[in-house]
Formats: sequence, structure tokens, C-alpha cells
Amino acid sequence: MFEEYTMSELTSIFAMQGFAGLILFSVLVLMALGLAIIFGQMGVINMAHGEFMILGAYITYLTSIVFSEHLPDLFSGYFFLAMILAFLGSFFLGAFVEWSMIRHLYKRPLDTLLATWGLSLILQQLYRTIFGAREVGVSIPDWMMGSYPITDLIEVPINGIFVMVLTLFISLGVYLIMFKSSLGKQTRAVVQNRDMAGAVGINTEKVDRYTYAIGCGIAGIAGSAFTMIGSTGPTAGQLYIVDTFLVVVFGGASNLLGTIASAFTISQAQSTLEFFLSGSMAKVLTLLTVVGILMLLPQGLFALKIRR
Amino acid sequence: MMHLEKETRTSNGCRRYFMKTVVALPLAMLFGSTALAVPGTAEINTTGLAVTDTTVKVGILHSVTGTMAISETGSVQAEKLAIEQINAMGGVLGRKIEYIQEDGASDWPTFAEKSKKLLVKDKVAAVFGCWTSASRKAVLPIFEQYNGMLYYPTFYEGLEQSPNVIYTGQEATQQIIAGIDWVVKNKGAKKFFLLGSDYIWPRTSNKIARKHIDKLGLKVVGEEYYPLGHTQFNSVINKIKLKKPDVIYAIVVGGSNVAFYKQLKAAGIDMTKEKPIVLTISVTEDEVLGIGGENIVGAYAAMKYFQSLDNANNKAFVEAFKKRWGDGIVIGDVTQAAYLGPWLWKAAVEKAGSFDIDKIRAASPEIELPTAPEGYVRIHPNHHLWSKTRIGHARMDGQYDIVYETESLIEPDPFPKGYQ
Repeated sequence: MFEEYTMSELTSIFAMQGFAGLILFSVLVLMALGLAIIFGQMGVINMAHGEFMILGAYITYLTSIVFSEHLPDLFSGYFFLAMILAFLGSFFLGAFVEWSMIRHLYKRPLDTLLATWGLSLILQQLYRTIFGAREVGVSIPDWMMGSYPITDLIEVPINGIFVMVLTLFISLGVYLIMFKSSLGKQTRAVVQNRDMAGAVGINTEKVDRYTYAIGCGIAGIAGSAFTMIGSTGPTAGQLYIVDTFLVVVFGGASNLLGTIASAFTISQAQSTLEFFLSGSMAKVLTLLTVVGILMLLPQGLFALKIRR
Repeated sequence: MMHLEKETRTSNGCRRYFMKTVVALPLAMLFGSTALAVPGTAEINTTGLAVTDTTVKVGILHSVTGTMAISETGSVQAEKLAIEQINAMGGVLGRKIEYIQEDGASDWPTFAEKSKKLLVKDKVAAVFGCWTSASRKAVLPIFEQYNGMLYYPTFYEGLEQSPNVIYTGQEATQQIIAGIDWVVKNKGAKKFFLLGSDYIWPRTSNKIARKHIDKLGLKVVGEEYYPLGHTQFNSVINKIKLKKPDVIYAIVVGGSNVAFYKQLKAAGIDMTKEKPIVLTISVTEDEVLGIGGENIVGAYAAMKYFQSLDNANNKAFVEAFKKRWGDGIVIGDVTQAAYLGPWLWKAAVEKAGSFDIDKIRAASPEIELPTAPEGYVRIHPNHHLWSKTRIGHARMDGQYDIVYETESLIEPDPFPKGYQ
């Protein structure tokens, strides 16, 4: 299939393809981190994850409108503020949802699936009522669109670099929160043994609320960043939910490192296959591989070793 | 879009006056006045449809909730506008049209159930509705079993011809062949890359496109499909860069559309430079709202209607539409096709002198609508419309400049020989 191309063309295409794989990797990590915290650490199956992402996207959309109408001079930088607002918006909605709904269901984890699915439908209809059924176009500052030419043939999309850098920061942040802060220690303690953690004086209710809210907040940031590469509409969150669960489950639900390893495996497999086969075939083969590996390793790539 | 559901059938006096002056006068002259003598209900309704001495009931069946609400909202608005305009000029055979709106909720079994309700319980005289091919296929057996009449607005893949459906959008060959001929003749295109979402319409359309490209002796350098809702197109964009086609022929739909055009731009493909040219049959003004004009400027679209179409019919239509539904609204190809439905039905009823479905079916072929916003259309005996195909060039502001239109009407050919 490659006879008619020169060596330099092929090298640059493979370089770009490698980069496409890395972008997909960052996108998957960014999508999955919030869910990994909620599903992995709390055992709550959050079907409304996609809707929290879209909340972030709509907040970005509103911020862009405010800036273009009132502060056109600062428009090129609005995205950073938008991401912070997206985090806060989803964080507080997450905290509210945890307080009003999730906390009553900790003893019935499968019911969280139904409850959050209902929540996702409610949120979708809410977006539709407020913003209309049609997709909205989020204008992105010019400097974030377009590509950066490294050589004549190798061009790197700037929004891809942006997502990669963002993912790096968010992952670092999550690592610091989960493994270096007292909240993280408490969260992990609650995950391992809720009753015991309560007995040693950890306020488990508060820990749950913060954990859930942080997971939602990260989803909000992801949604905000994805306005650069995807669509913003009431049901756009559904586009991400399957991939997100795939990454988290494949990685081993309770392990953040597993999430990253699984995102890497899936993204590389998919982008390589997409290049050599057609898009739908690539998806089928990726899913088959994941199913195959999950049959061998039912706990996912990185399972927490627990004596049972 | 709550106001949609709360919409009632009354139209205020101001609007009525406006429509009488702008729309009703020329239409009344063309169709002849019907208000002189109102025929008796027993004569014009022998099959027990919901027709009284003063009213006739029709159904509107679209998704106003769920994923497809994005696309179907425009069709609902167009059909309501047409019905209100017809009522303002006296209705059909002296009867005011009352509509019953049902929500298909983007769910194909729900479409089937609601269509059955409309036909069996409400006994509507016609249904304007459906958008996706899947929803049309779901209601088709019900329309055929209970002998209803559906006016279907979307451009679609063809390969269908039901006695119980009038297809007011274009079938695939009308849209595709003219577009490819244009890009070959005017842009010297030789190599094509076909791309689409993975379901029946893009696949059938690309099959027709490929056959036609082969016939012209030109080359297809790639053909790719991605699952519906796919959001990562970097790999295929790299493939496109490697294969260097002259034309990317894109039939991507829904949310994927937004991702595709944004990533195309981010990958450094500037569509205004036309290297390669992007030619699509799936992006109307409605979709551009979500994509953002700045992300698609320079692309070409081949379809039968653009909002910017410059003729008196369309000016009146756009003005009435904005007056009814708000200034910020855009009108895409399917919205216009949906607007034709009630008018074509009215013309058929008046030609038949009856609301009976069988008589409407017999009367429908060769019905003309010179007042259509897209220009003159005529119903072919195969229940599709003769129509022109136009090429639009996407602008920054989300509208299209029309750069070409076929000289004559294109004959609809839902079962193209040599293309299957």
C-alpha cells in the first residue's frame, strides 16, 4: 500500500500518526480521569459523566459569549478562565448531586447506575430547554486553532498540543490530591474500609462529597477542552460515555495508573488500526481486543491486590 | 425549545394580515380560489378521515426530544408555518387545517407507535414527518397497512418508493451526480477521497459517487467510514494528507461533523485554498451553527436549497420564517423540503377534490409547485420531486454563496441502473 510514496513522506506521516495516537491518548485520559476517581475510588457508576462534561462545554460557550461581547480585547485568553469556571460549575453541581442523591445509595452501588442514568436524562433535557436542541458553536481563539509546522510535511495541530499539556497538568494535580494530600489519604482509606475509616475519625460523608465533586469538576474541565475538537449539544455527552467506561474498566477500576495505561493501550491500538484499516473495522478490533484481555484479566490491567 | 411544545394553533391577526399580503395573494392566483363553494364532507371524505365541515386534522411527527431534536426542530417549524399560511388563505377545500403533533423522541419504535396512533385513533388526513431513514423505515409498514400518506422531507439514499410516501427531499442521485460533475468540470478534480459516517445513507451515497467517478474515468484514492458519534478524525486526516486527493467527499453526520471540521482545520488543511477541495452533501446551514462558520469556510456543499437563494419565493419564505420563529434562525435544505409538504398535500387534495388517500395518490403525479422557495418543483410518478441541485460555497457567517445551479430540473431516480 505504500509503494508510491517516498521515504520522507512516509516518515513524516508516521510521525504525525504517532502524534495523533498521543492526542487520542490525552483525550482518553482527560475523559476518564474524573470517572476513574468516582467509579474507581467510590464504586459509583456515574452514567451522568458525559453530562458533567457537557456542562463544562456550555460554561465555556457562555464565557466565550460574555468575552466576545464585553471584553473583546481579552478574548484570546478567555479559555483559561472558562476552564476554571467549568471546573467550579461541575464541582458544585457534583457536590449537590452527591448530597441530594448519591449518598443515599452507597450501600446499593448498582442502583447508582440507574439513578445517575436518570440524572443524565434530566440534565440533557435541562440543556435542551435552556440552550435549545441544536448544537452551539463555541468560538475558539485563533491562536488555539490551526497547526504548527515542524518540517514541510509534519504539521502538529495546536489544539492537540493544548490537550496534551492540559492532560499532563490535570494528571499531576490528581496524583498530588490522591497521593500527597490528606484528602487523598482519607479517600483511599474510605475506599479500602469505610467502617474502619469512620472509626478512626475520618468524616466519610465529607470525603465522599469532595471526591465525587472533584471527579465531576475534572469532567467539566475535560468538556471545556473538548469544545476545541468536538461538538457541544444537549446529547453530545453520550458520545464520550462508552469510551470513558471502556478506559476505566479496562484499566482496572480502582487504579489511576491503570486508567492511564489502559488509555495508552487503547489509543495506540486504535490509531494504528485506523490508519491501516477503515475506521469502523478499527473500532471493532479494538473492542474485541479489550474484551479478550478482560476475559483473561477480569479485574482489568492493574488490579488492586486484596486478600479475599 | 420549550416554546415549540407549547405552541398552539391560533395565529394572531398581525401575522395573518402579513401572510395574506405577502404569500397568499400570489398563491391564491396560482391555485385558484377554493372558498367559493364548500363541498359537502360526505363527498370528499369517503373513508372516515378526521374531516368535518370546517376542519381537517393532519399529523406532525418529528423528534422534539432526544438526539435528533437538533435536526428535526427546523422541519417542525417549517411545517407549522406552512399550515398557518394555508389556513390564513382559507384552508384546504374550505376547511382549516388542525394539526396534532406527536414526538418521535429519536426512537424508531416510538415513531412507529405514534404513527399508528395518528392514523388509527386520530384518523389524520396526512402526516408530515420523520427525518432519519431509520424512522421512515419504522413507520412505513404502518402507513402501508392503514393507508396513510406521509410527506418525508429529508434528502436520503433512495432505493425506496412507497405508494404511501411523498419524498420532498432529494434522493441520492439528484444530490450526488450533479455535485461530482461540477467539481470535475470546474475544478479539474481527478482524485477523490470518500468519507462518511457508518450507516446506510453515507454508504449508499458513496457507492453511487464511486460508480459515477469510475464512469468518468477518475480515481477514488480512499473510502472510509467511522461509527456514528465518532469524535477523533486525526488518523483519517493523516491518511488524506498521504493520499493527496483533489476532493474530500464528506458525508459525516451529527456530532461527528463538528469534530471532523474542527480537526481538519486544526490539522492545517485550509479549505479556502481548495487543496484539497471539501465537497459535502451532509452539511446544511443548520449543521454549520454547531460547526462554526470559521471552521468550515471554503467548503462546498451540494444540495437543492440554500437560505441565500435569490428569488422572490425564497425571500418571502425566509422573511415569513424569521417573523414566525425569530431573527436568529437559519433555514437548511431539509427545513425547506419540510415546508413543501403541506403545500403539496393541499395541491393534491384540491386537484383530487377529495381528502381520500387513494384519490390524493392518484392526483399527486405531475403536481407543480411554482411557489416553492427552492423554485419550481413537480412531483414525479415515482413520488419524488423534480428539483435543481445547487453548489454552495461556505462563508464565514455560516451561510452559503451559491456558485452553481443545474440548468434544468433533475429527474428523481430512486433505483438508479448501473449504480447498485
